[in-house]
Amino acid sequence: MKNKSLVSIDDLSKEEIFRVLDLAEGFEKNPNQRILVGKVVATLFYEPSTRTRLSFESAVNRLGGRVIGFSEASSTSVSKGESLKDTIMTVANYSDLIVMRHPIEGSARYASEVSKVPIINAGDGANQHPTQTLLDLYSIRKTQGKLDNLKIVMVGDLKYGRTVHSLLMAMSQFNASFTFISPKELQMPLEYKMYLDSIGLKYNETSELADNIKDADIIYMTRVQRERFSDPLEYEKVKNVYVLRNEMLKETKPNMKVLHPLPRVNEIHTDVDDNPQAYYFPQALNGVFTRMAIMAIILGLK
Amino acid sequence: MDMKDIKQLSVNAIHNGTVIDHIPAQNLFKVISILGLDKIGSKITFGTNLESKRMGKKAIIKIADKFFEKDEINRIAMVAPLAKLNIIREYEVVDKMLVEVPDGISGIVKCMNPKCITNNEKVTPRFKVVDKKNVSLKCHYCEKITDQEHMEYL
Repeated sequence: MKNKSLVSIDDLSKEEIFRVLDLAEGFEKNPNQRILVGKVVATLFYEPSTRTRLSFESAVNRLGGRVIGFSEASSTSVSKGESLKDTIMTVANYSDLIVMRHPIEGSARYASEVSKVPIINAGDGANQHPTQTLLDLYSIRKTQGKLDNLKIVMVGDLKYGRTVHSLLMAMSQFNASFTFISPKELQMPLEYKMYLDSIGLKYNETSELADNIKDADIIYMTRVQRERFSDPLEYEKVKNVYVLRNEMLKETKPNMKVLHPLPRVNEIHTDVDDNPQAYYFPQALNGVFTRMAIMAIILGLK
Repeated sequence: MDMKDIKQLSVNAIHNGTVIDHIPAQNLFKVISILGLDKIGSKITFGTNLESKRMGKKAIIKIADKFFEKDEINRIAMVAPLAKLNIIREYEVVDKMLVEVPDGISGIVKCMNPKCITNNEKVTPRFKVVDKKNVSLKCHYCEKITDQEHMEYL
């Protein structure tokens, strides 16, 4: 991974994934290691983001590095019509590493081809968000003590949610079994189900939430967005069906944790927040340690 | 021209060069453009909407004094996967070549995803061929699949 860009979770071997997770564990035990002193990290966010940008910036700051960048494209040359290529070529002169979020799919791969410094993809449209997947894997391993043979229940928007697609691909390397719970309009795309069939992994598909979470090791919640529905009436019908409430968790396994990439709107009722099975805020903290590990490896500092 | 002349024209032999046969008639001009035949100085004759038992209507192109490399000819695999090439020297067929669907292609087909970087900035589309039989392409950039039905050519 040293000096290489991180664009897609599929770029990483199983060994490389473990290396990131092991190193993140070290940063969790000791987060203030000043290994980035003298390094400049550029964070180019063409789209709004709270967690991803701030956790990257927090990670850089805690490791003693400096951050330059922007959090919206409107205040930059981009608004004057500068191409992505020109922006990347320029910023690569000012920094040792570029973290980029961009609405156009494939923009990160392209940036990695024109940049002389490594690129970390912090989300390219509906395509990839590999650091989210790595922090999800870190959270799963930390709470379950392993990644192998787990039962993963995915809930909500399984059609457009890039985080569930990447997590599915990553967990499929660890003999996971899956349950997909979503409204009909937002079912897991056929290509992913065909992929699971082709490697012989089991999955169930249902639209019922409450009855299908009892044997879960992980419940991975996602937001059902109004704008995904062509018919507003359809949204109104399902918007309250996929809300996880504390009473539903009564019969779940004691090791089970609820994950969510956040932001949450109403799909996890706030009465779940005090349940020790709720793990979405610690999950967001794990993002800092995971991103520290990723940057340290790419910059050859660990 | 009467029928006799037309017949003669369609079987007109070339001295040296290449005959590309079994092109789907509707894709003749795509083949011409992909191979850049509209930009070279060679003598070219083509026929289209010819009867073919195998493929209904087919087209055929004869190019004098032009020989193709394997890589070059595989570029037409997306539009003419069944095409057959006869290499002619001194009026004789000295070699035959079949088109092979390559593992990857670049700069021929457009990515069907409107949100892909290749449709938003000056970036040459590149694909991995994920299904050679039905020709389906995975974009190197946005990772979305473009299938035969949605293929548009640059």
